[in-house]
Amino acid sequence: MISYVIRRTAIMVINLILISIISFIIIQLPPGDFLTSYMAARTHFGAGELPEDTVRALRANYGLDKPLYVQYWNWVKGFPRGDFGVTFVYTMGGPVVDIIEQRIGYTFLIVFSTLFISWGLAIPLGIFAASRKNTVGDYFFSGVSFLGISVPNFLLAVFALFVSVFLLKGNYTGGLISSNLRDAPWSWAKLVDLLQHLWIPIVILGFNSMAGTFRIMRGNLLDVLDEQYVETARAKGLKERKVVYRHAARIAINPLISRLGMHLPVLFQNSIVLAIILSLPTLGPSFYQALLGRDMYLAGTILLIFAVILLVGNFIADLLLAWSDPRIRYQ
Amino acid sequence: MNATTILNRLRSRLNSWRSAEAKKEELAKVDDEYHYLSVRQLMWRKFRRHRVAVLCGCVLIFLYFVIIFAGFFATYDPYDAVGNDSFHPPTRLRFYDSDAGTFFLRPFFYETVQERNPETFLLEIKEDRSIRHFLQFFVRGDRYSVLGLFDANVHLVGAERARVYLLGADKRGRDLLSRIIYGGRISMTVGLLGVSIMVLLGTTLGTLSGYYGGAIDSVMQRIIEVFRTFPQLALWMALAAAIPPEWPPTYVYIGIVVVMGMITWTQLAREVRGKVMSLKTLDFVHAAEASGASTWRIAFKHLIPNTLSHIIVTASLYIPITIIGESMLSFLGIGVVPPMISWGLMLREATNIEVLARYPWMLFPGLAILVVVIAFNFLGDGLRDMADPFAR
Repeated sequence: MISYVIRRTAIMVINLILISIISFIIIQLPPGDFLTSYMAARTHFGAGELPEDTVRALRANYGLDKPLYVQYWNWVKGFPRGDFGVTFVYTMGGPVVDIIEQRIGYTFLIVFSTLFISWGLAIPLGIFAASRKNTVGDYFFSGVSFLGISVPNFLLAVFALFVSVFLLKGNYTGGLISSNLRDAPWSWAKLVDLLQHLWIPIVILGFNSMAGTFRIMRGNLLDVLDEQYVETARAKGLKERKVVYRHAARIAINPLISRLGMHLPVLFQNSIVLAIILSLPTLGPSFYQALLGRDMYLAGTILLIFAVILLVGNFIADLLLAWSDPRIRYQ
Repeated sequence: MNATTILNRLRSRLNSWRSAEAKKEELAKVDDEYHYLSVRQLMWRKFRRHRVAVLCGCVLIFLYFVIIFAGFFATYDPYDAVGNDSFHPPTRLRFYDSDAGTFFLRPFFYETVQERNPETFLLEIKEDRSIRHFLQFFVRGDRYSVLGLFDANVHLVGAERARVYLLGADKRGRDLLSRIIYGGRISMTVGLLGVSIMVLLGTTLGTLSGYYGGAIDSVMQRIIEVFRTFPQLALWMALAAAIPPEWPPTYVYIGIVVVMGMITWTQLAREVRGKVMSLKTLDFVHAAEASGASTWRIAFKHLIPNTLSHIIVTASLYIPITIIGESMLSFLGIGVVPPMISWGLMLREATNIEVLARYPWMLFPGLAILVVVIAFNFLGDGLRDMADPFAR
């Protein structure tokens, strides 16, 4: 087991290095750098052009005039010190770490609360639907879940904005914290305000994830309920409730663990677009802004964070699976 | 109890016995068919049994028919902007004229005029009840080209003396229905083209990797693994943002299609590889090898046809994903660029809260995305059933 963990970690590190190189190349792919897009924006807003030598000085200052591999090395060599380069779109020349620190907390808050709530609801509902197969309740939840996996997240966000205009009478305009409390220190009022805003992204993000989890849980349990040991348990005269919850549901939950590993990164990614539409202070919008503004260090760092989450998620899922199912062994 | 009643009773019992017997026979026949129908027939039967999938398949065929002959089904030219009709609400069709008290069999609508609201100072569109316009079918209107072969000007619906906005108009006074139909040309083909690239790449690389094994296989597996450790959506965004928007719209469109196909092929390649690896140990492949068939022949004649059901199922799964991907990227402004029309691009105009509150019909493109995606999902569900024709 330990050698397995070490090997997996080594592969993960190699993959991360490859990913950092590829993502850096992809983000640097289009012609021009941050300063070209900055200049374009300046002329667009009529702010006048910067003098030629100022631009050259700025380029030299941030190392943008160096060849690609030098720029890459400049970015990567700071990683062990927690230095992820400089950003341009938010604060000209400020550290990337500041932006990540401001936003990563909210990102994790949204994703993990969605995860807990949606799985907490989906698993009991899946058990409910499977144990009452072909009843009205089963049809209802199965139908809703089909809708849930079909409706794209970003459409749901747009519809939510639309509904909020009518239902909440325009009180909700996106964001996580009302503007008057945004810079205030943490207090009870701010927490309540946060919770009032938080539920909308959770519902949107959760609908999709809940639908998928529900379908898997229902399908698994239906398969397990056909097994002979369940029949045996019934024949022993156990109550149906006990048969379902004690004997069948326990086994049926197992495959969901490997879903957890794949699902977590998906949630993180779905939250990108959602956050852009609802203007949440998470990593998604800054990734988008960084891409548009050719802010390669910020975009690259966020892409790398998502990749780390994906790798770690898969890794943890594999470990959990081995821990929960004694039949699985890794050499 | 007389003889007739007894006879009647006997007859009815006999009838019920007969019908039960007939039912049994029918069941037996179904069971028999299972044994003598070809796999293809079994698959077709399995697919037909999924009624919703059949319905959705028909809907999709109809929709593709509509976008092929977009000019005919669209009411107007999608670029034709009428400044006075900015945010014109969907035209209300009526049969009963309450002012005149008359009923018409042909739907009609009232003339609309633009007025400035004295309180809010906003331009509003009001009905002028004195002028009636009838909805007409097969009217002559804007010229359009049919499949690029010849020009025509007949439209399915329209009105001769006034403009009819069945789904409303956008900010610049362009007919939303016409734009949705023309936008379908982009949004609905992205899925097909992107998936074609995926199938091409995934099948070729998967078959190669599975058939040859060894070094080719391990290199391929490493590449796939790196691809899969990339967060797909973030990678889509990064690649789409890397396409320079200054390119001609057609190039951008092709770029988006390629981006879609390039990222999704790994899943298919893995599945095809696994299937090919198990197939190549079977006798019929050995027989083909022994009789001197070339590798190409083995691949295309023996291996790929046997993985076809996997390919179709995976493809049907990825068409809606690709459609969603394109509309999302266009929605974010990093997908296709105007003057091309795409549903995501149209929806982009509806994200403003003010627009949403006052002109909710701007959300219709979202509904179009929803219908197509749900239809493809159900169709995929039916195809998955079909791919496994022996399961009862």
